[in-house]
Amino acid sequence: MALKEQFEIPGGLKKWSYALMGIGVLTLLLGIVFLHPFSGGHGEAHGAEAYGGTKFWMALMHNSIFWLLVVTSSFFFIAATTLAQGGWPLAFRRVPEAISGNMNILGPVALAILFAYVWISKDHNIYHWKDTAHVQEDHILKHKSGFLNPVFYTVLSLAAVGLWLWFRNWFRKLSLAEDLAGKGDHSFYWKSLGISAAFLVTYGLTVLSTLPWMWLMSIDAHWYSTMYSWYTFASSWVAGISLILLFVIYLKNQGYLELVSEEHIHDLGKFMFAFSIFWTYLWFSQFMLIWYSNQPEETKYFVDRLGPAWEGGPFKVTFFLNLIINFLAPLLILMRKGSKRNYGVVVFTAILIIFGHWLDFYQMITPGPLKELGSEANTFTYFIYSMGIGAGFVGLILFFTAKYLTKASLLAKNHPLVKESVIHHT
Amino acid sequence: MSVKKFVVGCFDDEKTLFPAVKNSRKAGYKIHDVYTPFPVHGLDHAMGLRETSLHTAGFIYALTGTTTALSFMSWVFTKDWPMNIGGKPHLPLPAFIPIIFELTVLCSAVGMVLTFCYLSQLAPFVKKDHFHLRATDDLFVMPIEVTEKTNLEEVKSFLQSAGAVEVFEKEAETGWWVGRYDSDKKMFEKEEIVTA
Repeated sequence: MALKEQFEIPGGLKKWSYALMGIGVLTLLLGIVFLHPFSGGHGEAHGAEAYGGTKFWMALMHNSIFWLLVVTSSFFFIAATTLAQGGWPLAFRRVPEAISGNMNILGPVALAILFAYVWISKDHNIYHWKDTAHVQEDHILKHKSGFLNPVFYTVLSLAAVGLWLWFRNWFRKLSLAEDLAGKGDHSFYWKSLGISAAFLVTYGLTVLSTLPWMWLMSIDAHWYSTMYSWYTFASSWVAGISLILLFVIYLKNQGYLELVSEEHIHDLGKFMFAFSIFWTYLWFSQFMLIWYSNQPEETKYFVDRLGPAWEGGPFKVTFFLNLIINFLAPLLILMRKGSKRNYGVVVFTAILIIFGHWLDFYQMITPGPLKELGSEANTFTYFIYSMGIGAGFVGLILFFTAKYLTKASLLAKNHPLVKESVIHHT
Repeated sequence: MSVKKFVVGCFDDEKTLFPAVKNSRKAGYKIHDVYTPFPVHGLDHAMGLRETSLHTAGFIYALTGTTTALSFMSWVFTKDWPMNIGGKPHLPLPAFIPIIFELTVLCSAVGMVLTFCYLSQLAPFVKKDHFHLRATDDLFVMPIEVTEKTNLEEVKSFLQSAGAVEVFEKEAETGWWVGRYDSDKKMFEKEEIVTA
């Protein structure tokens, strides 16, 4: 049987990715026209209108950080399974490889947005620490200014994203070279272990610790939580697995990836199930300790989200919806073996999980900058606006993943563990 | 349980075992069980065993744990002995969740282990015949139950042609019984090696 190893982009996928990118660009233009991103911030406008620029940058930062971490976690998937010498993902490993190719696009895009906000925009509702006059009066921010300052922010972000891209592209180059190598040549295999190990260390020092502190936690700059980076990682990781699963099933439905069976889908489903619970574990650990010790400077974070009782809590709905979508739904839907092997059910859950963690990032980012608006902080219009920007990023991911998929055979056929993947049995 | 008569075929390789299992099912022989020295992937499907219901049992045990913990703590802290702990409400749900979680896991884990032992007839001081001592070492042992309709010679020649290295008849207890390995001779009774 000849395998269909060469992916050709179907017209439908192209149309969808163009349409989504179009929505994204349109939303961005609307934002530039109506939200005045480069105007002076406070000053002339009052109330909700003064926050136009904040909303513009927030939607861009939310989506670029979220989607960048999601596509990066698919390289984390490759690195982790490679280092563990796991053979089972080999039948579809070119899919996460292609998804991680988006890092080449989303990495620079995210960096451009973040640096534009930090250096060019006059707004400082998102990062209070970039307002130097304000920092001098605020002793907590002054104390943290060795870490939270534009220069260090830029250097660390550049170094982190640069290193991820370097490791990813190195791995990909070797993986493609292996296709042309002789049958018995396993030199790639040993090198890939080293690259994976080095990447995981880098990833641990960036996504698992410092970067979320800087990119996201510094929005609520007075507040801190040691769980935060793990929590951010768990969120992007489970969404990343769902994205891999969506592309694998899409390719299977198109008649590609003949060697991927229900067993592989079952294992990816297990990952989604398990890491949804892992995410909940971290969410709850963070919440319960803060709730239990009840210190004002710590509970602040949840007061901003659940709202003080007299204000009705503008983020209450988002807050609990987040838990329902990301914990209860995967727990109940994916618990049975049959549902993890049912394509329709896993696709539905994967989309739900990706949306859920997008929502998770939304409620991590939005309340901080907008909390002074009270009941107007969480408006439906802004939510839809942010979704529109998100659609643009989804379009980018669809377009470039498809492009990276066409660049190589869908099966890394010379890898020594391919057979293990083909006969994989849970 | 009862003592039944079996024709036992012993194989020294998975490669001969799988076709033998498949062909004896096709021929309509009743396979009592297959004893292997290690877990063999796919053998359950080859034997046509149904999927286990152990998970369903586990789910029910887990729910039992959840409701026990939740209802007991709620009762204690609202009705039986309300206490003011750090000014928290009398029904502090977040504080209950770790204990609810622990009891859920404990009940489902212990319950499933005990159910598993019962289903596979394992317990301290309990014995079960596995037809050939080498089934725990290097032999795949497949006993075929002898009923009124079974033609003994036919089954024996079938097993031999299927590649069995050893074929014998044996009367054995099918269930578990309390006994000790050193004093109980039941295991070695009425056994006769036909071919080698």
